[in-house]
Amino acid sequence: MSSFPTLLYKELLRFWKVSFQTVAAPVLTALLYLVVFAYALEGRMRVYDQVSYAQFLVPGLVMMSVLQNAFANSSSSLIQSKITGNIVFMLLPPISYLEFFGAYVLASMIRGLVVGTGVLAVTVWFVELRVAAPLWVLAFALLGAAILGTLGLVAGIWADKFDQIAAFQNFVILPLTFLSGVFYSIRSLPDFWQAASHLNPFFYMIDGFRYGFFGISDFPPLASLAVVAVSFAVLSAACLLLLRSGYKLRQ
Amino acid sequence: MTFAIEALNVEKRYGALQALAGVSLAVAEGEFFGLLGPNGAGKTTLISVIAGLARASAGVVRVMGADVVADYRRARRMLGVVPQELVFDPFFTVRETLRIQSGYFGLRNNDAWIDEVIHHLDLGAKADANMRTLSGGMKRRVLVAQALVHRPPVIVLDEPTAGVDVELRQGLWQFIRRLNRDGHTIVLTTHYLEEAEELCDRIAMLKAGRIVALDSTRNLLETFSGLVLKLRLDRDVLPEGLGAEVLAGEDGRFTLRLRGHFELEEVLRRLREAGAVIRELELEPPDLEEVFLRVMARH
Repeated sequence: MSSFPTLLYKELLRFWKVSFQTVAAPVLTALLYLVVFAYALEGRMRVYDQVSYAQFLVPGLVMMSVLQNAFANSSSSLIQSKITGNIVFMLLPPISYLEFFGAYVLASMIRGLVVGTGVLAVTVWFVELRVAAPLWVLAFALLGAAILGTLGLVAGIWADKFDQIAAFQNFVILPLTFLSGVFYSIRSLPDFWQAASHLNPFFYMIDGFRYGFFGISDFPPLASLAVVAVSFAVLSAACLLLLRSGYKLRQ
Repeated sequence: MTFAIEALNVEKRYGALQALAGVSLAVAEGEFFGLLGPNGAGKTTLISVIAGLARASAGVVRVMGADVVADYRRARRMLGVVPQELVFDPFFTVRETLRIQSGYFGLRNNDAWIDEVIHHLDLGAKADANMRTLSGGMKRRVLVAQALVHRPPVIVLDEPTAGVDVELRQGLWQFIRRLNRDGHTIVLTTHYLEEAEELCDRIAMLKAGRIVALDSTRNLLETFSGLVLKLRLDRDVLPEGLGAEVLAGEDGRFTLRLRGHFELEEVLRRLREAGAVIRELELEPPDLEEVFLRVMARH
């Protein structure tokens, strides 16, 4: 008698119906990044000894796609429902705040992972890649997607218009992902920016995820996992409190 | 006794605005109940509190005995709400929309009932069309269907016929009446007072967040309205001492208010005594619009 499976199904169906825009487009974007950056910087930049720049770049791009799409899914779905008013269909039935949270976050994770898998599947045609520790890859991908799915939900609850979601995406999510070491190792940065990078939670997601591929990272992977897990716990608690209070959803 | 809907001293404040200022009412099971009032009177706020879309600042609301806050799961299963706004999810078809809505109530193999609702609301031809492609009237029917997917015993319709053409309105009322005959409790808000008069057993009138009248439709009509008598006489001046309230009169045409049929004989007798000849006579039965205007003016 639970509403959760239907709400999850609805969220999945929603992005799947426009998969050209929600899956194919981000995969193409990531591929363009790879082509442009890898060819422009190959040979000029070497991060780890046994790893070419193109190889280094791929896990970063995959994780960036996972994170951005997980955020986009929950935030755009919720703001659309709020603005068009069809959120009432979810507020009238007996859906608990836990079910609501679970369905939105899980659907976002799935969208993020589908896009990430797509990016990986396309890039392996161009770049030879091995996976040293697949469980680390999976752990960071799942947690990273969950964090961004939750963040998207919080942004969707808070925002009253599309502009605010776009601002959140452009002024928070995008800088944090670009400055997290997707395109470079933070060890190549001056001391101050290295220290600053450690304040960016996205750095730990990317670095830990990359560890799963190469078995090398800028920061100890277990410590990264702890940071990411604690971030998820704190963010989910905040999100659940918002949902339970009905903040901006129920008057 | 369990009421379909029971509200006790319900208050709702939005900052400085007091949208509901202590509303109490009880709707019995099986009733066809009307909620009337001018814009901003608090009708939609009251419905929102009943449906759990808004939380009351004070007071208690129960649906079929279930508290809408403490026992919200049971309360919401008992209630179907047709919202006032014409909202829809542009991603889905009519059938998908209804299946999803049904699943939200935990009902998964509900296709037989969904087909029946689609049939009764004449949505069959559009069942697999995307919601975006539907006309306003069709979207309104889907909203009604969505409110019914979980077979709620209590159905609340917030202005269901606003902007709906005459044909659809008739069809919709026929369907709602049938639901009522089958035992569903219906609560309705509408701006069309003749609809409320025709359909509702009892009516509550709201003004500025308070109930200013609550009675059976019949009693309201009898208490407040009386009859309106329109006359055309052979003279421009009405004879003195007719004993009825004169509402208007010029060029030999007069409008009088009677408290009931018993006054009619008296007025006619006095006109005869004064030698007045009646050229035309029209007697209008009480109507809810008149009651509404008088109740609103008094408060």
